[in-house]
Amino acid sequence: MRKHVSALALVAGLGFLASPAFAYTVYVSNEKDNTVTILDSATMQVTKTINVGQRPRGITISHDGKFVYLCASDDDTIEVIDTATLQIVDTLPSGPDPELFVLSPDGKTLYVANEDDNLVTVIDIESKGVLAEIPVGVEPEGMGISPDGKTMVNTSETTNMAHFIDTATHEITDNVLVDSRPRFVEFTPDGKEAWVSAEIGGTVSVIDNATREVKHKITFEIPGLRAEAIQPVGVRITADGKKAYVALGPANRVAVIDTATYEVQKYVLVGQRVWQLAFTPDQKTIISTNGVSNDITFIDVATDEPVQSVTVGALPWGVVVSPN
Amino acid sequence: MKSMVPNTLAVFIGLFLASVNVCAVAAQEAAPQPKAEAPAKKPEKPTVDIKLGYLRAYEPQLALSVLDVAPRDEGVAGANVAINDNNTTGKFLNQKFTLDVTEVKLDADVVPVFNEMVAKGDRYVLADLSAKQLLSIADIARDNGVLLFNVGATDDSLREEDCRINVFHTAPTRSMLADGLAQYLIWKQWRKWVLVYGSHERDQLFAEALRRSATRFGGEILAEKEFKDTGTARRTDSGVVQIQRQLPVFMQDLPDHEVVLVADESEVFGTYVPFRTWIPRPVAGTAGLTPSGWHPASEQWGGTQIQNRFAKTSGRRMLSKDMAAWTAVRIIGDAATRTQSADEKAIEAFIRDDKFSIAAFKGQKLTFRKWNWQLRQPIFLGDGRSVVSTSPQEGFLHQFSELDTLGVDQPETKCVLK
Repeated sequence: MRKHVSALALVAGLGFLASPAFAYTVYVSNEKDNTVTILDSATMQVTKTINVGQRPRGITISHDGKFVYLCASDDDTIEVIDTATLQIVDTLPSGPDPELFVLSPDGKTLYVANEDDNLVTVIDIESKGVLAEIPVGVEPEGMGISPDGKTMVNTSETTNMAHFIDTATHEITDNVLVDSRPRFVEFTPDGKEAWVSAEIGGTVSVIDNATREVKHKITFEIPGLRAEAIQPVGVRITADGKKAYVALGPANRVAVIDTATYEVQKYVLVGQRVWQLAFTPDQKTIISTNGVSNDITFIDVATDEPVQSVTVGALPWGVVVSPN
Repeated sequence: MKSMVPNTLAVFIGLFLASVNVCAVAAQEAAPQPKAEAPAKKPEKPTVDIKLGYLRAYEPQLALSVLDVAPRDEGVAGANVAINDNNTTGKFLNQKFTLDVTEVKLDADVVPVFNEMVAKGDRYVLADLSAKQLLSIADIARDNGVLLFNVGATDDSLREEDCRINVFHTAPTRSMLADGLAQYLIWKQWRKWVLVYGSHERDQLFAEALRRSATRFGGEILAEKEFKDTGTARRTDSGVVQIQRQLPVFMQDLPDHEVVLVADESEVFGTYVPFRTWIPRPVAGTAGLTPSGWHPASEQWGGTQIQNRFAKTSGRRMLSKDMAAWTAVRIIGDAATRTQSADEKAIEAFIRDDKFSIAAFKGQKLTFRKWNWQLRQPIFLGDGRSVVSTSPQEGFLHQFSELDTLGVDQPETKCVLK
């Protein structure tokens, strides 16, 4: 692992030698067996599995790639994993039952959804202090932040709203109603739209960040599949802002959407109960976690074809890829 | 159109907050002012009260196992958690929900108390009553524009020959419960059953639902036997000694089978059947593997969250009736949220809309059967400790909704809404 990282650094240092399959490190949280699986994105092989806290779900990484942050939901804490040693080196005070979180663009602040307490907890990573607790709707879940870091959006699953929060004042400025059980928020790279998936509603609401109104609602239809099985969860949008990927849960597919027309271009068949998604930093690959089939799928972003599925731990939930 | 109203409000709140820098909760508490008078300054609406009534027939009842004695607040506790949930949402929209509980004796005439509730202004009433009691108030409710939500009665008759246009059912029916169980037994390829049932009316009704499920899904009931209630005390110090001897004798003349089905809603003998059968066989029905609308140990589909919330609020685990009541209150709450109003006509129209659905920790959206206003829902199968499975089972298909493989389907319904 160590060797791998330094080799990468060397390649980077030599000035971006053209490499068709740049190797990044992929981290997958496995909800059921309390582990994180580590893979090499180039070989698509598991390199290591580490034990973590109970019920690991939300996972993200510091912008310098040095630390992975992991929600250990049943331990009511966020674990900090040193990516060099793969040891848990620290914990952050998350509040009870953390599920999902988002890191501020400057990498200093972590915004955590506390499902059991109808709160969003704001944590200063450096001091490990709680900066604020923001009361939101029932069962806060999805967390997104605008690229300028000024607006944070939380979704509450039973209240069915996207709460827009001013990160300077830590106060809610707008509450936008969306469909049932909103799960995830993703801003477009230009910060103009927030995409909110609704698991039970079966839709993705595109919210205009200027007017804070739903400007479009994306629906899904898959021949031969009943509507109830289409349950949008994870959403990712390419860095150029042109394509969006939406994980459709028990529909076992990832939808590829043209962000200009909001039309679904393709449904990529992956594994069972596809949950979350992550791009590799070169944007050539997007990876899905397929909970029920205990694997992840590497999808080629150029062709939107599934390339390979790799078995990881039990009930893979979240995925993050190292930035370097 | 539906999303227009809330979004407009959200923008108003946004503008207000930007200028005055007060949080949304404070906005609700500020003195109400009509929007038209000061549109630029005070855009918030006055807090709207939405009152819900809860009418229940209750008396303490014994059970064969003390673990099965119904908690004092069964059902009501679920409604209260949903009221809290509605109010958490309501604080963003200036809506306040309250619950008013009225209790009568088990076989009481409920008409006078219901009339009082109507007079008080209750327009949404959760009913945890017998079928007979519910039927006695259904038409009074209809004539007064009151919507009833049946959270307790599993009687199919209330959804069939005695169905009413103003009665919504969040509790599943006996036929839905029996079908959920039967599908699982068929999936297991355990098709040969014997049926033992109690001598009270509700036991016979569940036995009938099990017979119907057998015919529907290809189970075979090889023999049946009635266990007569001779009025024995349910708890005696040395009772277990006798039961251990009596039960096998009761069952020894039944032909060989794969599963024993028990229909004993009256708690006379059912709990005694598992492990005391003549031949070693699994037990299902009202004892052993039991179908239900909710399970206190379900943690799937976000269930952990409602379970934690419920346990924290009520100090016990969440039961099926709690979930039926929670769901009913959430249906009204969601309609009020999305219509942005407490207007009864708007709320009713929203609930009756083709697009209406509610999320209730069962893995998919729940919708109403429009032919009798029964809420479609998966059925949990569990023992006393954990969830074994949920139905509909894989492979039981339906042209419209797989949830309609559970219970009486539209082509068979006897319901004519009035």
